[in-house]
Amino acid sequence: MALWGPSPRGYSMALCTPADRANLAGVRHIVLVLSGKGGVGKSTLSTELALALRHAGKRVGILDVDLCGPSIPRMLRVQDSAVHQCDSGWVPVFVGQDKAIALMSIGFLLERPDDAVVWRGPKKNALIKQFVTDVAWGELDFLIVDTPPGTSDEHISTVEALRPHQLLGAVLVTTPQAVSVGDVRRELTFCRKAGLHILGIVENMSGFVCPHCSECTNIFSKGGGEELAKHAGVPFLGCVPLDPQLSQSLEEGRDFIQEFPKSSAFPALTHIAQQILDTSQRSS
Amino acid sequence: MAEAPGAPEECPGTGSAQAGRAAACQGCPNQGLCAAGAAGPDPAEAAELRARLRAVRHTVLVLSGKGGVGKSTFSALLAHGLAADETKQVALLDIDLCGPSIPKIMGLEGEQVHQSGSGWSPVYVEENLGVMSVGFLLSSPDDAVIWRGPKKNGLIKQFLRDVDWGEVDYLIVDTPPGTSDEHLSIVQYLSASRIDGAVIVTTPQEVSLQDVRKEINFCRKVKLPIIGVVENMSGFVCPKCKNESQIFPPTTGGAEKMCQNLSVSLLGKVPLDPQIGKSCDSGQSFLAEAPESPATLSYRKIIQRIQEYCEQHHLQEEKIM
Repeated sequence: MALWGPSPRGYSMALCTPADRANLAGVRHIVLVLSGKGGVGKSTLSTELALALRHAGKRVGILDVDLCGPSIPRMLRVQDSAVHQCDSGWVPVFVGQDKAIALMSIGFLLERPDDAVVWRGPKKNALIKQFVTDVAWGELDFLIVDTPPGTSDEHISTVEALRPHQLLGAVLVTTPQAVSVGDVRRELTFCRKAGLHILGIVENMSGFVCPHCSECTNIFSKGGGEELAKHAGVPFLGCVPLDPQLSQSLEEGRDFIQEFPKSSAFPALTHIAQQILDTSQRSS
Repeated sequence: MAEAPGAPEECPGTGSAQAGRAAACQGCPNQGLCAAGAAGPDPAEAAELRARLRAVRHTVLVLSGKGGVGKSTFSALLAHGLAADETKQVALLDIDLCGPSIPKIMGLEGEQVHQSGSGWSPVYVEENLGVMSVGFLLSSPDDAVIWRGPKKNGLIKQFLRDVDWGEVDYLIVDTPPGTSDEHLSIVQYLSASRIDGAVIVTTPQEVSLQDVRKEINFCRKVKLPIIGVVENMSGFVCPKCKNESQIFPPTTGGAEKMCQNLSVSLLGKVPLDPQIGKSCDSGQSFLAEAPESPATLSYRKIIQRIQEYCEQHHLQEEKIM
């Protein structure tokens, strides 16, 4: 993708579909995964949530709007795939054993995986708008939107573009330390100002159980996410422990939910997915 | 930099040297205006920036494509480490506008910036260590900076132009993750002075390294020298049984392999130590709180290498001049 030049691969204005073709019309619930802080596990949660909902029999898509650091393609081991055009727009990449999870990410538009997307706001906004209007998702029960850290261009544009659609709400991810919780407090303010419903807060990387002696060490402290949820009066969706099996399966692009049902992070992740399922059933 | 209303998608930005001249400007209603220099970089402003930055001897950017890898922790410890020499004046500038962590890590939460005749005064941790962050401008910890690019760029410029840093030996700039507005702007504005180089922070997993490779490519594109890479969270030693676990496994060889492949130097690896996070939360310097820990020793070595690099860089520049 010629990042300083005008035309990324498969990115041609002439082929753009009109917005009224409503590619999101068949999507029943949209869930945003947000955090003020980077590296807390937004992409991890987005990926595992998608897998868990898929194993619960739902049709799931993931839209990755982290344009400078797209992680999802690798986490699902489709980093070498490309998107194609069809009459109704971009065809997402289908992943998983039964090719049942639809994924769109800027990672698929890069010529080389290490290309940097050196874009200022307006270009990022234009691509996000295109991601929202021009991807042919088809029929989906859930579209999970993974975001970069912060409260800036990508977030404002994503919320603006998704507002007319079936936006169920946002899941906020934090790690337990005060430094991370502080940034997530600001993200809560963003959600309130943007009128975005908060589905709840997830505390990730909370506690590490030594595989040798079973001693639990709170490497990044403990309880910060739950406290914040209480303080802000929003649901607390649960703690996900630091689990080397989880990081390993994301590195290798394996299906953690299917392969590691005995691991410590498994019950936490499936519990979070269940709560989102419950909320979606209440709303529809 | 401001985007003109109705500007084409590829608008180089009204503050850019390419304003009105880039290919994308063809057909833009504002092309004439931009080309005439009405919106281009203001020469008076550039001179002002240069005058302010003349008193800065060394500038080091702390970057990473990935979030949460320890950029702010490292920036803070680098500042503390350099300021341990009382004859050196150190400035720490936090340009992570949406997630400013530096005030908390430096123990300065709730501090406000004061306005003086010569501009904004930084907040001082020690006599020779001044800090500036958007966190000092917010009235409550719940305040969010919900800004698009142009406003962020404006504030970064103000941080460089309007802060009365005084004479500074080292300016450390902590950045947000990514390769976007903040990064382009800081490099553009600092081009009025010298940037010694960038320190790139990563964690060992491929998911982090893949973003960091992009950051290295960014540095190469904007001709920013790379001082080296720091691998953070590299192995965890259980405090009870002393066995090591790879919580963030280096499945593709970690930073070491990446540095070899890209011919960048590896400054060092820092193990995960629960005390680091605790010290950050309580606003204390980890180097002072755990002077004997393996992580401190590793940080100290890295800081020393950066210092040596900067001195060398300075000597070379003087020779050229």
